[in-house]
Amino acid sequence: MYEFKYHRPETLQQAVNLLAENEDAMLIAGGHTLVPVMKQRLASPAHLIDLSHIEGLDSIAMREGLLAIGATATHADVADSSIVGEAIPALAELAAMIGDPAVRHKGTIGGSLANNDPTADYPTACVALDATIVTSKRRLKSDDYFQGMFSTALEADEIITQVMFPLPKQASYQKFRNQASRYALVGVFVARLPSDVRVAVTGAGADGVFRLAAFEEALKKSFTSKSLEGLSVPSDGLNSDLHGSAEYRAHLIGVLARRAVDAANDRA
Amino acid sequence: MAKISLIVNGEPTTADIDPRTLLVHFLRENLRLTGTHVGCDTSQCGACIVHLDGKAVKSCTTLAVMADGHEIRTIEGLAADGAPLHPMQEAFREHHGLQCGFCTPGMIMSAIDMVRRKGYDLDERTVREELEGNLCRCTGYQNIVASIAAGATAMAKSDFA
Repeated sequence: MYEFKYHRPETLQQAVNLLAENEDAMLIAGGHTLVPVMKQRLASPAHLIDLSHIEGLDSIAMREGLLAIGATATHADVADSSIVGEAIPALAELAAMIGDPAVRHKGTIGGSLANNDPTADYPTACVALDATIVTSKRRLKSDDYFQGMFSTALEADEIITQVMFPLPKQASYQKFRNQASRYALVGVFVARLPSDVRVAVTGAGADGVFRLAAFEEALKKSFTSKSLEGLSVPSDGLNSDLHGSAEYRAHLIGVLARRAVDAANDRA
Repeated sequence: MAKISLIVNGEPTTADIDPRTLLVHFLRENLRLTGTHVGCDTSQCGACIVHLDGKAVKSCTTLAVMADGHEIRTIEGLAADGAPLHPMQEAFREHHGLQCGFCTPGMIMSAIDMVRRKGYDLDERTVREELEGNLCRCTGYQNIVASIAAGATAMAKSDFA
């Protein structure tokens, strides 16, 4: 790991100022993506701004009829929150599937979304639930926020403060794990919103999270796994590596989408 | 350099460290608490697990500077030298929950955190699922799982947490 200067703001405004004042600065909260990347010298910020001491940035609450999760809420916070469990149980289940118990005590939702790893879990929940990413500057719809592998609409001086999730009528996240890394080989989040059905996929796309329009249309007509039978996903452009071929991932998307619809219906 | 103050195994500790120091290196090299191990160094194996404010974390993926103001407990903090072992340590001894022993400190710290989260009555499935962040390269899981279930039961009847 290369040298850096460490900063510990106590308010969001201090953090915003530090980010604007210091060139080559990065934000850290749980550090469970950034520290490994820094250890490998794939990232070498000159300044590290620690968000973990900003009070209230990890709050979880219902606001304006939406579930608002603060950026520094850990995966364990989300998984164990009775507010999340009641509002969007599929989201609590997703958080409980990230990494392992010790990782979940440190990793944060804001960190996951800022990094936008193409195999991360949270991007599917944001896209399928049509969540809004709130930053120190503005509000971004998920469809506009995620911009390809490790790429987001975030500007250099912008900090995620919270994520606002509309409450679905039904939802489920199904994940097929890479047995070694625990990341999603493929993960599918299906959500039936009051006036929409959205299906988001992670782990399979070369550009990160994406939606499946054909599946969404079929589920809008009938929210049953039967309505997905016969639908296949083209393997063109899907990831292919030693963990699984593009064809295998395409197959898994269909399997997991059907399982997600069944799980959502079983819950209801 | 950055000045940090934290509590390690009940003892207030102050140090001046390079901000890039990992918590596991701070514990092992600055404080000579070498019970916490560096295994994979990539947050997968769990040999480096310690408790930060009572919760299991991987100290190879935590900056020591971020532990400033917090409380750390390591394997050395479970029982005083010469005093009776913590019930979870005793269960690992009794049930031969180790082969080479390298993963053991992390296994025990993880097991105690598991009891905190899941209670004293742990079935085999729960233990195996909750242990996914700890690897034993000797593949000695059978006795580790038995040790954790027995240790959890023993903790219910003891004053140890």
